[in-house]
Amino acid sequence: MGDSSLHVLKGINLYVEKGEMVAIMGSSGSGKSTLLNIIGILDELDSGEYTLDGIEIKDLTEKKAAQYRNKFLGFVFQSFNLINFKNALENVALPLYYQGLKRKERQEKAMFHLQKVGLADWSTHLPNELSGGQKQRVAIARALAAEPKLLLADEPTGALDSATSQEIMQFLQQLNDEGKTILIVTHEEDISLMCKRIVRLKDGVIMEDKKIKQNRLV
Amino acid sequence: MIDIGLFSEIFQSLNKNKLRTLLSGFTVAFAIMLFTILFGIANGFQNTFNNEFAGDANNSIFIFSGRTSKAVKGYQTGRRIQFDNPLYSTIKKEFSDDIEFITGRVYKNVTASFGNEKSSYSVRAVNPDHQFIEKSEIKEGRFINPLDIKNYTKNIVIGNLVVEDLFGGIDPIGKYLDLNKIKFKIIGVFVERTEGSDSNEARVIYMPISTAQKIYGNNDYIDQINLTYNTNLSEEEAVAFGNKIVDKIKDEFSVAENDQSAVRARNRARENQEITQFNGVLAILVLIIGMGTLVAGVVGISNIMIFIVKERTKEIGIRKALGAPPSSIKLIIVLESVFVTAISGYFGLVLGGLALNSFDLKDYWITDPGVSTSLVIGATLTLILAGLIAAYVPANRAASIKPIVALRDE
Repeated sequence: MGDSSLHVLKGINLYVEKGEMVAIMGSSGSGKSTLLNIIGILDELDSGEYTLDGIEIKDLTEKKAAQYRNKFLGFVFQSFNLINFKNALENVALPLYYQGLKRKERQEKAMFHLQKVGLADWSTHLPNELSGGQKQRVAIARALAAEPKLLLADEPTGALDSATSQEIMQFLQQLNDEGKTILIVTHEEDISLMCKRIVRLKDGVIMEDKKIKQNRLV
Repeated sequence: MIDIGLFSEIFQSLNKNKLRTLLSGFTVAFAIMLFTILFGIANGFQNTFNNEFAGDANNSIFIFSGRTSKAVKGYQTGRRIQFDNPLYSTIKKEFSDDIEFITGRVYKNVTASFGNEKSSYSVRAVNPDHQFIEKSEIKEGRFINPLDIKNYTKNIVIGNLVVEDLFGGIDPIGKYLDLNKIKFKIIGVFVERTEGSDSNEARVIYMPISTAQKIYGNNDYIDQINLTYNTNLSEEEAVAFGNKIVDKIKDEFSVAENDQSAVRARNRARENQEITQFNGVLAILVLIIGMGTLVAGVVGISNIMIFIVKERTKEIGIRKALGAPPSSIKLIIVLESVFVTAISGYFGLVLGGLALNSFDLKDYWITDPGVSTSLVIGATLTLILAGLIAAYVPANRAASIKPIVALRDE
């Protein structure tokens, strides 16, 4: 990242099992976003090794990287990153479009996932007609639509009030219960406590990596 | 890859940014409109030229005689050159391969009277071939034929305005017209086919050349030799052919080779060549100006597309994060560019066409300005190409956007 070479991560050894729900904690500048970007194949690693679902991620062409992102990864962002001129359904259907699915199939699948996040009635609404919590739920539906192996969430509750944050986290826990592997980058202590494992980063190294008793939301 | 989804993507994007689309389209529409108008005007010039000479067959050569201007072989200057029947026969025989139609012409001014009506006209005494050299169309009856020539018949063919002048509703065919006190039988009426040619052409009286020679001078003189060359000849060959005939005649009369006034020819091939050259220069000029405006339009579109890509950086980043391959990002930009260019270009084409049709520019030497179907097809292909070129830089820029950078773009 950036034009000049800068050592942000200085020796990270992290192994995440299938079905885990991991919080990556750290203050800004700790390297947590860089780590997430590398895991998300949004950024390339300069040295080291990264294996995703048994496949080594290294020197990928743009096309291959796009394919892997589409197939293996679902992203949830702090600022939702919905496409503002597409309605909820179209946003959710977008990764399916890049999978090459037929229009009808895309719409059916997208509708199924919208239903799952409880927004079936809002399918034709544009993002600016939705509340923050609703937007994030559409984003989650979109991340799930391609049925990825790993869900990556970058400060998913960063732009939400605490009640809505709870609601989103509850939903993520529920997904994890269904077997989805989830990685959440956050700097909020209470959010990290809702995961099953906390990895603390500081200045590019792992300070602490511990399993915790999950704070369940009901 | 190309499916309804892709097109709906583009429409969505264009529709959400109407002003932007409109502005980017405007430059191209304007460029094409200018080009169309320029092209139409150039076409109009060409049409004017073609009409100007449309009275004669466009492969005609008219040969006139005059007086010599150079002394040669002991002859003085100022000697009058007189064509005659033997010369006519020689040319007809010698150049038979390259001549399509040939006729001699003898001129005579006459006073014609029918009943109480009376007026003066010019007689052109000709061979039967004349009909095909001058584009006059027989309306009634027939033209002079070889039998008329052979038998020195007193048959004449008159222009439709002669009929109007003298006959006042009476059918002239078979009637006798008095020319300088000699009665001639009217066997045909002709009309000048070309619009706008002067009315004198329709007031001509045609007569067998042999008859005129016998009655008006009892000689075998010919005032002028007109012919059309074989249409197989190229313009260059035709020009050379015309020169060959003139040289032959000069030789027959012992005229100096560089004498310009004794024997002269008006060769349509040369005029055609000049018109072709003029039109060629005009076409190149129009093309340069048109291409220039089109390039300006393309640069405009390209610029706006780069801006669009910049504006859509985040969206492109999102798409990439969701798994859009670079090719699909490129395709969106390229199709959007081609679409905007083609549609607005067509709009300009139609506007230009309307502008050409709505003004009457006959007074400015522009007749029926317009653009042909082939041009429209050519323009379409050019526009698509222009759209592709305009999209090249922006599309590549879009495809090279890193998702991580794009997502950070606020």
